[in-house]
Formats: sequence, structure tokens, C-alpha cells
Amino acid sequence: MPHRPSRANVGRRQAANHLFSVLAILSTVLVIAPLFAILVYLLFQGVRSLNVAFFTHLPRPVGEPGGGMANSIVGSGIILALASLLGIPVGIGAGIYLYEFGGGKTLANAIRFTADVLNGVPSIVMGIAAYSLIVVPQKHFSAFAAGVALAIMMVPTVTRTTEEMLATVPNAVREAALGLGIPKWRTVMTVSLKTASPGIITGCMLAFARVAGETAPLLFTAFGNQFWPASLNEPIAALPLQIFVYAVSPYDEWHRLAWAGALVLIVLIMVSVTLVRVVTGRGMLNGGH
Amino acid sequence: MGVGIEVEDLNAWYGQTHTLKGINLQIPANSATALIGPSGCGKSTFVRCLNRMHETNPVARAEGTVRVGNVDIYKDASPVEVRRRIGMVFERPNPFPTMSIYDNVASGLKLNGFRNKRVLDEVVERSLRQAALWDEVKDHLKSKSGASLSGGQQQRLCIARAIAVDPEVLLMDEPASALDPVSTAKIEDLIFQLKDEYTIVIVTHNMQQAARVAEKTGFFLSGHLVEFDSTHKIFTNPSDKRTEDYITGRFG
Amino acid sequence: MQRGSGGVADRTFAALMLGCALSIFAIVALILGILILRSRLSLHEFGFSFFLRSDWDPVRGSFGAVPFIWGTLASAFLALLIAVPLALGVAVFINEMCPRALRTPISFLTELLAAIPSVVYGLWAIFVLVPIMRRSVGPFLKKFFGWTGLFHGPNFGIGLLTASMILAIMVLPVISSIARDVIKAVPNTQREGVLALGATRWEMVRIGVLRNARIGIVGAVILGLGRALGETMAVTMVIGNHAAIPKSLFAPAYTLASVIANEFTEATGDLYLSALIEIGLALFLVTIVVNAIARLLVFMVTRGNTARAV
Repeated sequence: MPHRPSRANVGRRQAANHLFSVLAILSTVLVIAPLFAILVYLLFQGVRSLNVAFFTHLPRPVGEPGGGMANSIVGSGIILALASLLGIPVGIGAGIYLYEFGGGKTLANAIRFTADVLNGVPSIVMGIAAYSLIVVPQKHFSAFAAGVALAIMMVPTVTRTTEEMLATVPNAVREAALGLGIPKWRTVMTVSLKTASPGIITGCMLAFARVAGETAPLLFTAFGNQFWPASLNEPIAALPLQIFVYAVSPYDEWHRLAWAGALVLIVLIMVSVTLVRVVTGRGMLNGGH
Repeated sequence: MGVGIEVEDLNAWYGQTHTLKGINLQIPANSATALIGPSGCGKSTFVRCLNRMHETNPVARAEGTVRVGNVDIYKDASPVEVRRRIGMVFERPNPFPTMSIYDNVASGLKLNGFRNKRVLDEVVERSLRQAALWDEVKDHLKSKSGASLSGGQQQRLCIARAIAVDPEVLLMDEPASALDPVSTAKIEDLIFQLKDEYTIVIVTHNMQQAARVAEKTGFFLSGHLVEFDSTHKIFTNPSDKRTEDYITGRFG
Repeated sequence: MQRGSGGVADRTFAALMLGCALSIFAIVALILGILILRSRLSLHEFGFSFFLRSDWDPVRGSFGAVPFIWGTLASAFLALLIAVPLALGVAVFINEMCPRALRTPISFLTELLAAIPSVVYGLWAIFVLVPIMRRSVGPFLKKFFGWTGLFHGPNFGIGLLTASMILAIMVLPVISSIARDVIKAVPNTQREGVLALGATRWEMVRIGVLRNARIGIVGAVILGLGRALGETMAVTMVIGNHAAIPKSLFAPAYTLASVIANEFTEATGDLYLSALIEIGLALFLVTIVVNAIARLLVFMVTRGNTARAV
């Protein structure tokens, strides 16, 4: 036969095949290596620097040893609580609209698309938007402005996961409720939402984990504060912000605190992300799309 | 030209499920052999063992001897060589959607290092003619994608793609089950033409199809080869009660 | 439960949910509106020349965004250059090679990279990556690739290359996770079709998988680009923050996002602030367009008809 393959060709193809396998394995190793490099180093530096005072004391001025980030931890807690309070209901509401009322309509598709696009807007832009909308008119930085900035960032993730989770509720369940004469709003709230609640809760935790480490939107909203938070209408300390300030400072003592803060932050995030993964088998990145 | 296939004590598994149990048979060269049986009987697994496609599923494995020509395909050849010598056509037409009609047919040759344009042109035309598709596509060989054709044309394109590398055996796994009756008739005509040059093994759940195209027919039932004989004998005077039940429709 | 009240309640409820959904439009419109409003001084003063001028001199009130556009594009493209091959390698490994039992753990690990906050990447980069770049990688590149002209000038460890590397690590999980999805969406019949012709695994991946998934992969890369363009903290911490067009990969640079992060709270004067907000506006518009394109491409592949030719 005129076009039977030659052995030489087979050898070259097998070589290309092996090269490809090696490269694919190598890239996987190269991707996972930084993860371990970062986590191990962070653990090493963080554990060395953590102590009780870190969680109980206010920051000290330069030159005085000791001190902690207690106010930043509380501040982050307040900002994140505010963001969740504002962002989660809106996100769940939008998700309910998309699945229970929107169907395949153009409006629903446009909303889905906008949510996905909003998800990709850089966090620093959220920061200036919240600054322009809230800080400028009020003439002062505030915890409230920071909460709004993060809330906006939570909405798309919560919306899309809520919709996806509602889609997992069998239609028969809804029809059974509607068939009993229960009005639609009660069906949605007590049947659909309740059935989908584990998934929706994990979606909210995912959104929470994604904004918990955000720094850029806090720069011109929360601004930072050396003291305990007193009101939502004041500048407030936040953990990621404080890590940033300490990391770029020239002082070893502050670097130490930055590592401790980073460890606390990452433990908080990893715990929620892992929990999400364990509960639903979903990834960090699938939440938004 | 085609070569014969000898199968000795072939066993296959999907995970824990034993899907083929001790199959022995001899498929004659340059003829069409049909494999029939209810779904899940192992007939598809069997043809997939003949070109070592079965093992591409990570949980699947096979044991036994399959000799194609004089080559023991599980001992003396790599899967890559085996599959080049044994072409396969699948249930769902699967032309490469990002390639033109021409490139679809030439893809196997290009894989094997053929770059000579004259040779490629020649083989593409010959294969498309053999697959009875040439007249329908010759004017837009390079401008239309393989996926732009109708289902029946796509399946004939896949046949052209498979025979372009000049295989010795052509395996067909329910090649017409996703097609309309007119397209099915064309495929059957094609099998009739091709069996002079290739050894064809066709899996089908359509008994009339087996009766129309095949010299020999094998009946599979729950992983066993119940009966293997001339098609005429199988359909008129089967030796096994189970075969008779199946072909007379008394069986599930 | 009275029917009448049920009807009113249902309508109220539906309207409320619609309101939540529409608020997503409102958010985007509001951001756009406020950014235009607050940057009008700069828009008015410089017009489009803002994006063509390369001097950034707050003292003299002269503002041009070219150095930041340059730094942003350079760092993003360098990052993609590093990240795209690795991300595709991982995506292919997970989908086509890896034993089933390892699939989930490896996906999880690559996604954990996305869970690390930007500021922590920056912290790690300052104390680990920068010294490595200064002491080992930089001199090595200079010695062996100095002839390319890309590695001129002093190497402080901070600068364009270091920023691009940290950026690459950060966009990697985004690209690989989407690439994984689009590769998964390629029908198995395509893989079998190539294998049945006598293809090796690599040929199967090249012809049967990557070729069919290419639109979605382009979408994934563009999505990574969107992320890289707007990434702020880690880049700000290691890029050197110098408002000039970098002459070498070792040179300090500045990005659109990092100039905002660095100078916003110190901006004295309305025009200065307005110029920074205009940079934010540009970033907003660019990332919206980039993300919209990427989403459309990914959508075409994962939910559209994948067997359609292109």
C-alpha cells in the first residue's frame, strides 16, 4: 500500500506524546508549587508572630514593641457583617427573580449577563465608586461606605448561586405546594428557598470569602483607624488594610504583625472555602459564573 | 485488502461489571459480519475491544487474544498502531467541526505524516468517492465544515475519514441508528460496496439491517456470544433457542 | 388564606424580587454615572488627550495616563504569557490525563490559589519573591538573556517582571478553571473520533480537544486578562510605582489600578482627584468590555452548540 505509515513517523509522534505528558505534569506541579510556597511560608512566619496580644491589643506606635490588631479584626467583622446584611438579601432576591420569575426571558438573560460582567469589575473601581457616592457627600470616610463597596461585590456571586441552587429544587415540589392553594410568594419562601437553603448558604459563604480579603475597596472608604470602632460613620480599621499598611512599612515589628494578620485572614478564608467545597463539592471560582 | 480476525477467550470489564465473558470467534476477511443482540448485551464492548478503544475508558479493561491478520493486537502492537490499521465509525456521526470536509478526510493521513498535497488530494477524492459522498461535496471541499453536512452525509464523511488511512478492518458501531431511513439505506449500500475491500464488523440492533448486509451474524446475550453462523442460518434456522426467541421478537 | 390577599401579596413579592434583580443594572449604571460625574473636571480639561499624554505631574497640574496604560498592558500581557501555557497544561492534565481520584484534589488546590487575598500575595512577594528576583532570577536572566535588551538597567527585585509573575500566579486559577469547563464540554465522541484514527494522546488533545475548545479557551484567557488589568494590591506592592514608560523588564512601572491605590488619598486639588477618577472610569469601561467579550465566548462553547463549526 502506498501510504502505510513509516516507523520513523511513529517514533517522532510517540516522542511528542511523551513531551506533552511531561509538560502537562510539569505545569501542574508549577501551579501547585506557589500555593505551598505561600502557605508554608505564611504559616511559618504567622505562627511565629501570633500571640494573645495580637487578638486583644490595639496597635502601638512605631518603636513600641508588642501591640495587636484587635481593632482591625473587630473592624473587619463589622464591615463584613454590614456588607453581608446589605448584599445577601439583594443577591438572593435577584436570584429568586431569575429562577422563579425570569425564566428564559430577555430581561433575565440581560441581568445574568450584567451580574457576570459586574463580577469582573476590579475591586478598586468599587472603592472609588463608593468613595464618590458616599464618602464625598458625607465628607468623611466610614465603615458604612466600606460595607456598601463590599456588598456590591457580593451581589453577583450570591445572585448566580441562588439561581443555580433554586434550579436544583424539583418542580414537583413547587407544583405540590401551588396545587394546595398556597400562594406563589409563600411557596417560594417556604418551599423553594427552604429546600435550596444549604446551597444558598454556601453560596453566601463563598461570596463572603471572596470579599473578606479585599483591600482595594477599603482604601478610600474604611481608610483605617488606630482605635476601636465606635460608629459606622467613622473611619474604621480593617484586617486586610492593616496588613497592607504594615507590609509596606519599613519596620520589622510591623512586618511581624503583617504576617500574623495575613495568617488569621487566610485561615478565616480557607475555613469557609473548604467548608463550601466539602458541603457542596463546588469550587471557589464556579460561584460567580 | 482486509484481513481476518481471530478472537480467543476475550473477557472485558467495566469497573466491577463483567461485560464480555469468554468470547471465541473467527471473522472472515473481506466480508461483512453483523453483531446483534439486545442493548447491554456486550456487542458494542466487543467491537471496541477489536481496536482497543475499550481501554480508553479509565475503568475498563480487557483480557484475551485478538489476532488481526497475524498480529496479536494486545501483545505485539501499540494501541496507536492498532487503531490506524482498524478503522472505526461510531453511532453518532462525529466529524471534526473545526475542520473543512477535505481536512476531515485527510486528518488521519496528516497524523501519519503525509504532507504531499498530490497524494492527499488523490486519497481524499478516492475516499469520498468510495463513501458515495464525492458528488455531493466536491464543490465545497475546503470551504464547508464537516459539521455543516446533514446527519447522513456526516456519517458518510466519517466513513470516508476512516477508510482514507487504508485500514484492514472497518468497525461500525450502530452506524445508522441515529439516521433517517433514506440515509440508512445509503449507508447499507455503502457497506455492501466496501466489503469487497475491507473486513467489516457492524454492530446493529436492527435485525433487517444485519440480514441485508452481512454474510455472517453473531448473536450476543448478557456478555456471551450465543451463536455465530452464516446470516442465513441465524435468521432461518438458529441452533439456539435464545437466538430464535430474539429474532422472532419473543425476547425483551 | 384569602385568594384576594394572596394575589396582592404575590404581585408585591414578584415586584420586590424584580427590584432586587434590577438593582444589578442600577449598580452598574450608578457606578458609571458617578465616575463620569466625578471625573468631569479632568474629562473637560484634557478630553481624549488624557489617554495620549505621557506626563503625570501633579505639582504642575499636568495629567496624562500613558505610563499607566503602558504599565497595565505590559504587566497583564507578560502575566498572561506566563500563566496561559501553565493554566492550559493544568486544565488538560486534570481533564485528560489525571487519574480520576486525583481530579478533585488537584482542582481544589488550583482553586485555593484564587482564595488567597491579593494583599497576602503582595506580602509574600515583598518578602520572598522580590529577594529571589534580586539575587537569583534577575542576575540569571541578565547573564543569559541580556542580549535581548529586555533586562537592561539595575535590578532591585521590584519592577515590571516581578509584578507580572505575581499577577500570573493570581490569574492562573481563573484561566485554568474556565479552560477546564470548556474542555469538559467537548463531547467525548470527538476524542474517540481522533483516537480511532490512530492518534496518540497528545494528538487527541490537540485535534479533538484544544481545537474544538479554542473559542472557549480564548474566552478564558480574556477573562484572565480582565482580572490582570484590574488587579491592584499585589501589583502596587511590587511594581515600583514609577510613572514612566518602563525601558526594561527590571524597571519600575505603574498601572492604572496601582496609581489609584497609591495616590487617591493623597490627591490634593480637584483636578488631581478628578484625573484619578477618570483612570478608574477607564478601568471600569475596559474591564466591562473585556469581561463581556469573554463571557460571550465562554457561553458559546459551554451552553451553545459545541458541534457547530466556526
